[in-house]
Amino acid sequence: MSAFSAIGEEREVDRNEYTPEIEPQPTWCPGCGDFGVLKSLKGALPEVGRTPEETLLVTGIGCSGKLNSYLDSYGFHTIHGRSLPVARAAKLANPDVEVIAAGGDGDGYGIGGNHFMHTARENHDMTYIVFNNEIFGLTKGQTSPTSPKGHKSKTQPHGSAKTPIRPLSLSLTSGASFVARTAAVNPNQAQRILKEAMEHDGFAHIDFLTQCPTWNKDAKQYVPYTDINESEDYDFDPTNRAEAQELMRETEDKLYEGEVLTGVYYRDEERPSYQEEKQQIGEMPDEPLAERYFDDDYEWERSYDRFIDNHK
Amino acid sequence: MSADELIWRIAGGSGDGIASTSQNFAKALMRSGLHVFTHRHYPSRIRGGHTYVEVRASADPVKSRGDGYNFLLALGDSFARNPQEEAYYGNEEAKPLAENLDELREGGVIVYDSGLLDPSEVPNFDERVEENNWHVYDIDLRSLAREQGREVMRNTAGVGVTCAITGIPLEAIEELMRDAMPEKILEPNVEIMETAYDLVHEEYDVDAPDVSVPTGDHDEDQLLMSGSDAIAYGAIDEGCRFIAGYPMTPWTEVFTIMSQNLPELGGISEQVEDEIAAAALAIGASHMGVKAMSGSSGGGFALMGEPLGLAEMTETPLVLIEAMRAGPSTGMPTKPEQADLEHVLYTSQGDSQRVVLAPGTVAEAYEASRRAFQLAYEYQIPTMIIYDQKLSGELTNVPASHFDREPNGDIGMTLTEEELADQPHTADGKFHRFQHDGEDGVSPRSVPGQKGGRFLATGNEHNPAGHIEEDPDNRVAQMNRRQRKLDAIRADLDDDGLLIEYGPEDAEYGILTFGSQQGTVEEAVDRLNENGTSVKALTVAELAPYPVETVRAFLDSVEEALVVEMNASAQFRGLTQKELGTHGELLSSLLKYNGNPFEPAEIVEGFTTKIVDDGELPGNETKFVPAAGD
Ligand SMILES: Cc1ncc(C[n+]2csc(CCOP(=O)(O)OP(=O)(O)O)c2C)c(N)n1
Ligand code: SF4
Repeated sequence: MSAFSAIGEEREVDRNEYTPEIEPQPTWCPGCGDFGVLKSLKGALPEVGRTPEETLLVTGIGCSGKLNSYLDSYGFHTIHGRSLPVARAAKLANPDVEVIAAGGDGDGYGIGGNHFMHTARENHDMTYIVFNNEIFGLTKGQTSPTSPKGHKSKTQPHGSAKTPIRPLSLSLTSGASFVARTAAVNPNQAQRILKEAMEHDGFAHIDFLTQCPTWNKDAKQYVPYTDINESEDYDFDPTNRAEAQELMRETEDKLYEGEVLTGVYYRDEERPSYQEEKQQIGEMPDEPLAERYFDDDYEWERSYDRFIDNHK
Repeated sequence: MSADELIWRIAGGSGDGIASTSQNFAKALMRSGLHVFTHRHYPSRIRGGHTYVEVRASADPVKSRGDGYNFLLALGDSFARNPQEEAYYGNEEAKPLAENLDELREGGVIVYDSGLLDPSEVPNFDERVEENNWHVYDIDLRSLAREQGREVMRNTAGVGVTCAITGIPLEAIEELMRDAMPEKILEPNVEIMETAYDLVHEEYDVDAPDVSVPTGDHDEDQLLMSGSDAIAYGAIDEGCRFIAGYPMTPWTEVFTIMSQNLPELGGISEQVEDEIAAAALAIGASHMGVKAMSGSSGGGFALMGEPLGLAEMTETPLVLIEAMRAGPSTGMPTKPEQADLEHVLYTSQGDSQRVVLAPGTVAEAYEASRRAFQLAYEYQIPTMIIYDQKLSGELTNVPASHFDREPNGDIGMTLTEEELADQPHTADGKFHRFQHDGEDGVSPRSVPGQKGGRFLATGNEHNPAGHIEEDPDNRVAQMNRRQRKLDAIRADLDDDGLLIEYGPEDAEYGILTFGSQQGTVEEAVDRLNENGTSVKALTVAELAPYPVETVRAFLDSVEEALVVEMNASAQFRGLTQKELGTHGELLSSLLKYNGNPFEPAEIVEGFTTKIVDDGELPGNETKFVPAAGD
């Protein structure tokens, strides 16, 4: 038996395999958009051919962070905003594992904003799902980085003076090689985009519009929306960076008013992933590093044999 | 011992090659059979400013920088002449000479670069020379170097002069230069050194050296190592192949050594966006079954508090290095202090489960590094090494055999797929990662990609299967299990010899210390005993879990003890009293926090004044804090 026989195992996976058989059942509020993410993820994983045991879901903190309590795979529920650095290292340590990171808009664009920018810049090969409900859910309804300007909450009683962050533009300019937006109210599109993201070789960022009926009743439920990849009105080529940028600018202005555009905004198949870049310069082993620790025959090098001459 | 030792100080501006020159010089002395120890003093400035390195050499083992020094090689600070800098820093030209005279011993030697330094700018220079019976050599090292190569090679000329005056054979240094220098600059350097050497012989009568240079003979091969080298090599030997970090002095030294070596060893090094990320990456890699580390210094380590708690709660093995420097905040970036002790012991949320090791010497730094990985992976617990800027940068010789050990790639209780299939760790058809049983508190883990081992790791309280759970009984059971690890580790550590007792067993008095002050304290103990005061010392190299029994036994055996540490608030003494719950009335403190480590004489003086004579210290270099009942 190999050390990681779950990896690359070719078998039919049923979406129910991802459902924990035991408690707990989701503690999300009725009508929460997070259910939609869970549903489409459970649909996409088997389509990509990934089994629960070769999948690592790394989450942050928030209602969104509870995703991996309800999705039965290997999971790491980390700390607020830090899912990306944990996930990055996990992928570097064993690139054969399917690594997905997830968190909320507060988690990913607020406290974890620095990691978001840098993970996109480095183009790590992973999928990053941000549950964008324009609010802090778990801490009970404070203004988030994606809340619209003027948004009133208990901590911003006079309405936020801040312009919301532009997640799509931010990840594109930072260097993400796959940028998409989808919505919980459209599980079919979401599932398709998740599948494409997982199959993409590089950093795939999905701004996943979710609704928080408990704390963000005023927010639009993101309908109507248009799929830019399917609508004839948007004769749109996601491999064209300039077009993507232009459309992102438009849609990020309009998100809080008119029509909501979703779909894959940008896809760059040319750019090598970070792992590939690192391999090219000789800073990343060919075989997954993790395997070595399960190989009884591996000969560990000693510092004595290598460096001691420098010190004599 | 002091009669038979050379303490050579090379002074100049940062960026003038002081460090590399002194390192070569120390190595040459070590190769000739001597024991060496270096001490580095530098400002937080990249080029220029006053910097020096001391190389102490003796036939007997040397454990500290010693007191004062007896040979000054004062190079000009080439950057002091930068007209732009003058506006900011004023004229610093005389500093390499002027700043160093206070500690030069009577009868010592001064060599200065007359091409760059003018002693008339040094207050009372001639009077002081006469008073102290110093031997002065003014040699135009700058012109000499400029004529035969490049001006920056002044330091090599200075080494040639040193050899001529002390009688150290040039060949030893040349051989090292051949190892260390590229062909192109080797020849001019050798030439410059020889010319300088000959010049001294022509112009001065050096047959009877002004300072005595010892001769020595090691019975084993020796290596010249710093504490940072030792920590890095210990990590490599324990199979650490993943490091993530963000630069901060002096942690950068370990980070650099690891980054330069890991790729060739098939490992991975990541310089990331900040220290929170760095610690989080190490956790991510370790979660996958890879031996990983991170680290920082004071402020950077502060950012690691939250990931540290995550490692505790998820029981992810993690090794973090904390290289202390003077604080608070960015404090004094290049100066040592031992004031992050409480920071490392108590940072992060909740009741903690962590190990803190504090090596005192270069040899122990290697030991502590290996031990840190063993404990972290065996017990699935974060383990920290704290040490300081002093130990990080000082070079000393250690027998080569100390590092000639078996490597270890074992990651502790991690199940194979066969074992996972056996299902002893399974309930409800699920792998129970966090089972309550296990005498030492450790429950076996699996890693992603393994069949039959899937589980959730979470920083929230969780049940045996890993799911978030706030049931009171579960909480207590999990907490008790995690805490149980500490007792097991304490028992393990007691057998480890991480507590170093030094001096006569039946001594009347004691000195208690930790970390980099060990060698200095031991030298002081020797001197005190020579002078008829009966003293022994205990260096505590494991701070958490604290070795209560051993320290208690030590304190029970003495009448009174002095706690020596480099901080203003007596943190180590506080820890000791807290852990022991008694003995406060026996302990007084000798503290130093001016940016310089203790010298042995200061400890001797402090001990004698306070413990023997019950008096007060005159100066403000060190400070007493009396015992609780004083
Ligand atoms: C360092 C830190 N700061 C604050 C918190 C408290 N906290 C928990 S969840 C959360 C906000 C989550 O909002 P978001 O990321 O938008 O996720 P949502 O709950 O809406 O899914 C905050 C501030 C924390 N856990 N850690
Ligand atoms: S608070 Fe909002 S985001 Fe959280 S579970 Fe309820 S509806 Fe969902």
